Amino acid sequence: MTSATLLFLVLGLGLVAWFFGRLKAASLQTNSKSSRSALHSLPNYHGWYVALWAILPAAIFMVVWTMASPTLITDAALTSPAAAQLPQGGFARAAILSEARAIAYGNQVNAFNPLSQSMVEPYRDAISYFQMIGAVAALLMVFACGVFAWLQIKPDLRARTKIERVTMLVLLLASLIAIITTVGIFLSLVFESARFFSMVSPIDFLFGTEWNPKAVAGPRGETGFGAIPLFWGTVFIGAIIAMIVAIPLGLMSAIYLTQYAPAKFRTWMKPILEVLAGVPTVVYGYFAALTVAPTLRDFAVSIGISSASSESALAAGVVMGIMIIPFVSSMADDSIAAVPSAMRDGSLAMGATNSETIKKVLIPAALPGVVGGVLLAVSRAIGETMIVVMAAGLAANMTANPFSSVTTVTTQIVQLLTGDQEFDSPKTLAAFALGLVLFIVTLLLNLIALRVVKKYREAYE
Amino acid sequence: MNSLADTKRRPTDWQGAEMQKRIAGRYAAERRFKAMGMAAIMLSVSFLAFLLVVMVGNGFLGFTQTELPVEIDFPAATGGASPSQFEGPNANANLQVMGLRDIVDSSIEIQYGQKGTDLFSPGGWTAVNAEILSNPEIVGQKTTVYLPVVSDLDVAYKGEGNPESEKKVAELGDQLSTGFNWNFLGNSDATDPMQVGIWGAFKGSLITMIVTLLLAFPVGVLAALYLEEYAPKNRLTDLIEVSINNLAAVPSIIFGLLGLAVFLNFFGMPRSGALVGGLTLALMTMPVIVISGRNAVKSVPPSIREAALGIGASPLQVVFHHVLPLALPGILTGTIIGMARALGETAPLLMIGMRAFIATPPSSITDPATVLPVQIFLWSDEVDRGFVEKTSAAIIVLLLFLLTMNALAIYLRNRFETRW
Repeated sequence: MTSATLLFLVLGLGLVAWFFGRLKAASLQTNSKSSRSALHSLPNYHGWYVALWAILPAAIFMVVWTMASPTLITDAALTSPAAAQLPQGGFARAAILSEARAIAYGNQVNAFNPLSQSMVEPYRDAISYFQMIGAVAALLMVFACGVFAWLQIKPDLRARTKIERVTMLVLLLASLIAIITTVGIFLSLVFESARFFSMVSPIDFLFGTEWNPKAVAGPRGETGFGAIPLFWGTVFIGAIIAMIVAIPLGLMSAIYLTQYAPAKFRTWMKPILEVLAGVPTVVYGYFAALTVAPTLRDFAVSIGISSASSESALAAGVVMGIMIIPFVSSMADDSIAAVPSAMRDGSLAMGATNSETIKKVLIPAALPGVVGGVLLAVSRAIGETMIVVMAAGLAANMTANPFSSVTTVTTQIVQLLTGDQEFDSPKTLAAFALGLVLFIVTLLLNLIALRVVKKYREAYE
Repeated sequence: MNSLADTKRRPTDWQGAEMQKRIAGRYAAERRFKAMGMAAIMLSVSFLAFLLVVMVGNGFLGFTQTELPVEIDFPAATGGASPSQFEGPNANANLQVMGLRDIVDSSIEIQYGQKGTDLFSPGGWTAVNAEILSNPEIVGQKTTVYLPVVSDLDVAYKGEGNPESEKKVAELGDQLSTGFNWNFLGNSDATDPMQVGIWGAFKGSLITMIVTLLLAFPVGVLAALYLEEYAPKNRLTDLIEVSINNLAAVPSIIFGLLGLAVFLNFFGMPRSGALVGGLTLALMTMPVIVISGRNAVKSVPPSIREAALGIGASPLQVVFHHVLPLALPGILTGTIIGMARALGETAPLLMIGMRAFIATPPSSITDPATVLPVQIFLWSDEVDRGFVEKTSAAIIVLLLFLLTMNALAIYLRNRFETRW
């Protein structure tokens, strides 16, 4: 019996338990000669009470059993006569065992090692034996707990209160997943980065200027893990080029839509602009690599920059800027809308034109909000992956020439992790160190941005 | 300084030439500013239009294939095989025994000379196989089938090939025709651009999305309900809120690193499977659902809760019987938007190994799978010119998928959302 079948069987029995619990409670209700209030909770809750009793202990048991049984299975298989021929200890033994296990579970068809083939049968026996024990125990638990709960059903059983307590616990657990995820991200990044920094000095990593990752250190101990070129490339594309495109376009769009556009134009244009943010980044990346980059290179060559690369920082940055436009625009929109209308009206009443009011009153007043929005946009731009992977190239150049190729943190993470998959080499672990830097920087940017925006909101409240 | 002194002495001459010029200048600045705003919007929209035009223009050709007619004389080639052989469960085996591929190849050679098979896509004969299975009658007669040509010729016929292929196309002339590329909708990844298809990746996307939805939706909704309705004001609640807001802003690639370190290396889940992909995307989508869910729950007026409490409902009954159903349209809208984002996501899935060459569609959540955006990324890396239009065609499929989801979200919002 596979675990999926068992799971469905337990759930089905839970349904049966629900039905009987409800039935008993309902009969108590109709049998009692007095009023409805004889039963503390509605029959439904009694049904749930029995069902939860039937399912939950068995489910917990199944989880524990799934985690514990592999060890038990291996132990049992090792007591078989075939195990006596195995080499004692070491890597060979482990390899044979894992191969035999894979075949026994049906993940692999043929054994490379004849010894593994001999271990398959004991493994199969042990697996089916322990699966049988687990299934029988789980089903017994379902019956025992279900009957126990069913016997408890009495008119004054506070079934609803108990169900609600369990539900509250489930709600709390669901909320805790967010914390667990955050902690999980942080711990996994820190843990793997620590392993990386035990091989490569953090100073070399953070302040080195040569990025040329090798699995083994060079003759003078250089490892090629200097990440400064990557940081520069990330800032150059995400915080400089993309923002040069996105800030003017986003800000002016927001101003036009909020201050000038007729209502109808606004209701149509706003969603159309939002589409720009909804296009998957892989589409932008393809667009940048296929259309924008060659065009820019031809343009650069025609104005006499012969070194122009077909994977240019400019192409990736411009396309990323386009992607960010709706983001900047909606943040600017919010902060302009938050400026008290008295300020605007006052300026207009003094005879200032619309544009003068916007430039001299609204924008200065909304500036903190706009700056916060731009910081959020930057944090999104530097974490963006696909556009730079497809359009920005892999050469770690420290250059301010937008037509040359630069590389970014995210590009290198993808590059490092999609090549060889040796998990202990500094090359793969470096990806986690880069990820940690990226995580911390985006987190800080977000915290600062939110604080700026919040402070500024308070100023006008 | 002089003019300042002047204005102090006598009232401004509003009608004077100097003032008129100044006002005209200010109005001109106003017009310029307004035009700049309009230009910014138009520029942004034209970027979008340009992107869509390029993709559709390129991708449209990906749905077509260039074909050549091949006349197959089945009775002569098979020595009189009867159509009834190719019905029922043994049909495929019988076709293999018959040596369909050789029959097709020799028919091609009869018609197009010794090197004729070079003109055709290597996997093209499978089309004949499928044709016979759906209509065994054709085995009993002389039939003309249209088979896809090799990728180079296909590209050349569509107008961008190398000179050699251009010459061949000119030689073949009118014999070439354009047909709908059913392979593209039905096949999976392949090495020959004429045989690639989107179905494997599409199915992978569907399975991954189902896993994501099943995990992220319940957790997201329950967390939103807890935070909005029950959470006491304390440290833990603050911590939960901060975590959720942070998770919503964490770059997607970081989730990929989490998936790699935790799900694959720590828990040892199967690599490249839709299960791990769905789990990773669920962690990414959950904060989006929580945030939109909280807004939807918040917008349900307190009078509803008070009325329910007033007639004796317990706090949990209030929420599950009244608040949740009323907030559900808003929650669903937010969920669909979050799912649309997850559907277009590529980077985290690259981290957990969903970038393998997958030639058979996945049939379970642990089978190696790929998804539409990753497939697009993989094809965009191919050197063969034939993959360009396939990539764009895959992008069209992805965009249509996204468009459908967003349209559904807008429909739900307009149809069910109550304005209180």
